[in-house]
Amino acid sequence: MSEPTEFTLAEARDAVRAKKISSADLTKAFLSAVESARALNAFVTETPERALDMAKESDARIARDEARPLEGLPLAIKDLFCTKGVRTTAGSHILGNFVPPYESTVTQNLWDAGAVMLGKTNMDEFAMGSSNETSHFKPVINPWRARNSNQNLVPGGSSGGSAAAVSGSLCLAATGTDTGGSIRQPAAVAGIVGMKPTYGRCSRWGIVAFASSLDQAGPMTRTVRDAAILLRHMASVDEKDSTSVDLPVPDYEATLGSGVKGLRIGIPTEYRIDGAPPEIDALWAKGAEWLKAQGAEIIEVSLPHTKYALPAYYIVAPAEASSNLARYDGVRYGHRAAGTQDLTELYEKSRAEGFGPEVRRRILIGTYVLSAGYYDAYYLRAQKIRTLIKRDFEQAFEACDVLLTPATPGPAFALGEKSNNPISMYLNDVFTVTVNLAGLPAISVPAGLTANGLPLGLQIIGKAFDEATVLRAGRSIEVAANFSAKPQKWWTA
Amino acid sequence: MSERGARLIKGATGEWEIVIGMEVHAQVLSNAKLFSGAATTFGAEPNSQVSFVDAAMPGMLPVINRKCVEQAIRTGLGLKATINHRSVFDRKNYFYPDLPAGYQISQYKQPIVGAGEVTIDLPNGESRRVGIERLHLEQDAGKSLHDQHPDYSYVDLNRAGVALMEIVTKPHMRGSEEAAAFLRKLRAIVRYLGTCDGNMDEGSMRADVNVSVCRIGGYDKFRETGELKHLGIRCEIKNVNSMRFIAQAVEYEARRQVDILESGGTIAQETRLFDARAGETRSMRSKEEAHDYRYFPDPDLLPLEIDQAWIDEIARSLPELPDEKKARLMAAGLSAYDAAVLVAEKETADYFEAMVAEGVEAKAAANWLNNEYFGRLNKAGLTVTTGPVTPAQHAAILEMVASNIISGKIAKDVLDIVWQEGGDPRAHVEARGLRQVTDTSAIEAAVDAVIAANPDKVEEAKKKPKLAAWFVGQVMKETRGKANPQAVNAIVNDRLGIADGG
Repeated sequence: MSEPTEFTLAEARDAVRAKKISSADLTKAFLSAVESARALNAFVTETPERALDMAKESDARIARDEARPLEGLPLAIKDLFCTKGVRTTAGSHILGNFVPPYESTVTQNLWDAGAVMLGKTNMDEFAMGSSNETSHFKPVINPWRARNSNQNLVPGGSSGGSAAAVSGSLCLAATGTDTGGSIRQPAAVAGIVGMKPTYGRCSRWGIVAFASSLDQAGPMTRTVRDAAILLRHMASVDEKDSTSVDLPVPDYEATLGSGVKGLRIGIPTEYRIDGAPPEIDALWAKGAEWLKAQGAEIIEVSLPHTKYALPAYYIVAPAEASSNLARYDGVRYGHRAAGTQDLTELYEKSRAEGFGPEVRRRILIGTYVLSAGYYDAYYLRAQKIRTLIKRDFEQAFEACDVLLTPATPGPAFALGEKSNNPISMYLNDVFTVTVNLAGLPAISVPAGLTANGLPLGLQIIGKAFDEATVLRAGRSIEVAANFSAKPQKWWTA
Repeated sequence: MSERGARLIKGATGEWEIVIGMEVHAQVLSNAKLFSGAATTFGAEPNSQVSFVDAAMPGMLPVINRKCVEQAIRTGLGLKATINHRSVFDRKNYFYPDLPAGYQISQYKQPIVGAGEVTIDLPNGESRRVGIERLHLEQDAGKSLHDQHPDYSYVDLNRAGVALMEIVTKPHMRGSEEAAAFLRKLRAIVRYLGTCDGNMDEGSMRADVNVSVCRIGGYDKFRETGELKHLGIRCEIKNVNSMRFIAQAVEYEARRQVDILESGGTIAQETRLFDARAGETRSMRSKEEAHDYRYFPDPDLLPLEIDQAWIDEIARSLPELPDEKKARLMAAGLSAYDAAVLVAEKETADYFEAMVAEGVEAKAAANWLNNEYFGRLNKAGLTVTTGPVTPAQHAAILEMVASNIISGKIAKDVLDIVWQEGGDPRAHVEARGLRQVTDTSAIEAAVDAVIAANPDKVEEAKKKPKLAAWFVGQVMKETRGKANPQAVNAIVNDRLGIADGG
């Protein structure tokens, strides 16, 4: 038996259920891994006592033969999910020591399925970032380093803490949220699997909102099978979220191994971008070959409005964020500036002190694009683009079943490398934002290493609510890529 | 003059006419708020009716309350308005401590209810139609309390998130009487419908009044062409929270505008606040200072889709509304005035209908209430709901009149007794021996006694038949009002040899 912390979620599930290891021992192993990995700064809040209590309860259930689907399996939770009685920060100073008196629907679903919470993972402030450098709680460090290098790299963002925790074997799996790529991009650069389900598949209730029409929770795992398992227990229709969708949640794991024979794989022409590293294109081509070799048909398709996706995203997302973040005003909860003389000063100082520069930038952009006289030119046009992008996908899906694209334009980069250039930072999302604008499901699967030994991912995009096919295709990539590399545990040294 | 009903203002340079449009906020009658399950009871402990959604806690999401939508549809149908099958909730963004989310969820471009109309009844008996532009659903804000502490302001979020219907009229009112008549009628309609309690004291109904003035003829041109340029520049007056204040505010504001125009000035489009104590309007903010609310569709809510079947179902359950009731009462023989008085307040109409349900003929019930009961209520400062007499008690009194047990005159005395003492009117009549004498022989004896005692009057009456009334009066006096007046009349005429009706 390998180290318990190296288990996949599926392996751990089977081992715990077969009483080969107790949930308590498994949990302790992870708590100790978390403790020794503080150099990665993956967690904002560790909850060892709660974890051990939950593990104890799980072991009692297993002893009674009442094991639930995720019984006793330790997970990490992105700090955007409100957790009852446990501080929830959204990576921001403005939430201060906010402790929610309620539990998000997604995490409640997980606890109801028997999972154990290890803690809350670090993230870009309010999920705004692609490198985890905008966190008020300092950046997360990617467990991966380039070959023969000691340079710290970013884990991607915004779910960088969750990505590092899964990649560094600090948990079996983690939750993330994805507004423009915040699950898939960090998954790709941290060498793990990350899936954004269809908008509406998981309830947004209790998740601190960034951009409501784009936000969606999803699993971050070591394998595609684990993603299939975790998603099933995150997803649900929720009467508290009007945008959640009442469709049955299939047993994704059961159909995972069906392969891609006969499946039509679309290769969108427009995703070949100038200046992309040759390694990205090469991996993409390899991915197509792998699927073809397994019996899939490869088809060139066109998504003509792709080039407008990033600009449209950086109008829609900030617009919604500027409104969603108006509630952080220092009046009811969270950070309040001291010594202010009047209401306006209270607002201005509390928000100036509470929000970091990237969040302030996006609030300003969002406020601007919604302003009288600019609304039509920006927000309305962005919404039109969004409609066109959706239509692009619908037309492409008449010819194919899923799309294959790179997940990111490059591997993990160094801390500080892009943080002074917002545009180059925003370009990280070039392959992922279209999916959020169209509300579609997509998965990033680790598929290879750069010449420097850094992981790269491939992305499978599917039709709305067809996560099952996305996972199947993702599994086929996984099988062919046979990605087994792991980061060196330099942080325990 | 063609401007029938228009209220004119005389200025030094000629006459001006007033044009008024209104925005009325009516609180939806519903147990829960528009987007949360929190209660809506008025006057509860501060912050005792606040859900996590109302307090805008992180990650909370609004969920539409179906009951509030139904109430809006019901109101729309009562305003004879189009119900839009698809409407959209928007966010209206601004910062204020009593607005926890930093935005109010409202409906901006696509409201739930479109154009409709309200017929208003003017004191001179005329009716006019006031166009309704739209009705939309929105959240109320909380309440800031600035007078509780020398250094702090407090916020009460009980009202935050309560459902409001904002009802916007076209600029179709021509003076403060019409504005007040509109508000009265709108209030009656929503109260009949049960969609708003119409309680202006508790703020369940609040009106903003848009006032402009124009030269005579401008309004008619506007109605012909639909072009607003024929009207003057308007000012919006906020905080006009009683019927009485509407008249004051409109009169003051129209005069102010005329004075400015006549001295060569121009009206600045602005929002003004009505100061009830001073009886004047004061500038609140100019058009330039107006907030940029950055409206955009609320991404937390799907567009509101309403199918025709639901609208039809609600339409079938609509009660009889004031106009229809008035028409029905007039068809039953009531005068327009009597009918209007009875239908103006839902409670009055219900009270009247309860009497009719007890078997009282409609016209008799209307006459009785208008002539006898309402005056007594007014004098005592009471209403039909707070007054001491029930519809059943009235019905019992009138039933005794109709079946000749008591006379109309005695009926008034019985009403006074019931007012004072309550109880069954029939029992009072029996106990006090007020039953009228219908026994012909007894009446004949009384008539004969009066004739015998007044031979000179008998001679006179034979020449002047009108004097018969004197004999009737004497007989009534002798019988202490209990004799049946018709019987007395007939016997007097018979004894005097006068034809009936002489």
